[in-house]
Amino acid sequence: MTRLSLNNEPVQIDANTLLSDALVAWGYGNDKVAVAINGEFVPRAQYPQQQLRDGDQVDVVSPVGGG
Amino acid sequence: MQQPQADELTLYGERFNSRFLLGTALYNSPELMRASIETSRCEIVTLGLRRQNPGNRDGAAIWQYIQDSGCRLLPNTAGCKSVKEVVTLAEMSREMFDTPWIKLEVIGDDYNLQPDPFALVEAAEILIKNGFKVLPYCTDDLILCQRLLDVGCEVLMPWGSPIGTGQGLLNRYNLRTLRERIKHVPLIIDAGLGAPSQAAEAMEMGFDGILLNSAVAKAQNPPLMASAFADAIVAGRNAYLAGLMQKRQTASPSTPTVGQPFWHQ
Repeated sequence: MTRLSLNNEPVQIDANTLLSDALVAWGYGNDKVAVAINGEFVPRAQYPQQQLRDGDQVDVVSPVGGG
Repeated sequence: MQQPQADELTLYGERFNSRFLLGTALYNSPELMRASIETSRCEIVTLGLRRQNPGNRDGAAIWQYIQDSGCRLLPNTAGCKSVKEVVTLAEMSREMFDTPWIKLEVIGDDYNLQPDPFALVEAAEILIKNGFKVLPYCTDDLILCQRLLDVGCEVLMPWGSPIGTGQGLLNRYNLRTLRERIKHVPLIIDAGLGAPSQAAEAMEMGFDGILLNSAVAKAQNPPLMASAFADAIVAGRNAYLAGLMQKRQTASPSTPTVGQPFWHQ
């Protein structure tokens, strides 16, 4: 298992899971989201190659009202 | 009566008829936000990105209404406190909203949400080199504003007063100095305004536009307040173009003194 943080909450996933698969497993499905891992932006095109690792801090964001 | 013709606001080469930029946060409902965007007659709205937990669709209605408005999107980097955070969030915004425009915010103090001037310049330089169109939320400090221009910003957005305070134009001397010294770059007052009269005053001083959120969203009737601000901004702009009279220390009668009845020498 891989232990990581999703939006500052601890989660576990199978080892060697790709980001694209993890987003589906976490329930984001077709949601319009953007992702950063360990504070670095991950472009959408990179999701199918982006492997998640132990200790990764994953941020998944979506649009909100803002000033 | 001669009306100003095609008095458009140009930002990064794009032209806008409205000089009012509206924020999309803090409304009691998405419907109030939608109605306020409509009555504001704005063409640019600000918005943000926040963590979304799976299955949470709270922001879906807001996002849908913003898209339906047809307004240009100006995503912000609100809440960021470092250059690294800003750059990452800006890149996420560019992908999410498919725009290189970014309202650059780097907060330097939690108490008054004052921008960090040093990080602001550094972040602006990096973002501009990476292809962003940066609209920095800054203080009214002349040197900071000049440094932001030096690194390539084509618009500046100095505060009127700290975000959400509604205190209006706190430092008129600095703001007038900015306008006098930075003549050919759009200056938009961003943050701190609470009343349409304050927006009108800023426009009378020659500022090019107004960006606000709380003053509309926190009004008892946000759509009506949005309309009031829109009218005030137009009134202030027209007053600036018309040219205000010079102030005088002494009274000067407006009715002719020649022919005054009942006057005998």
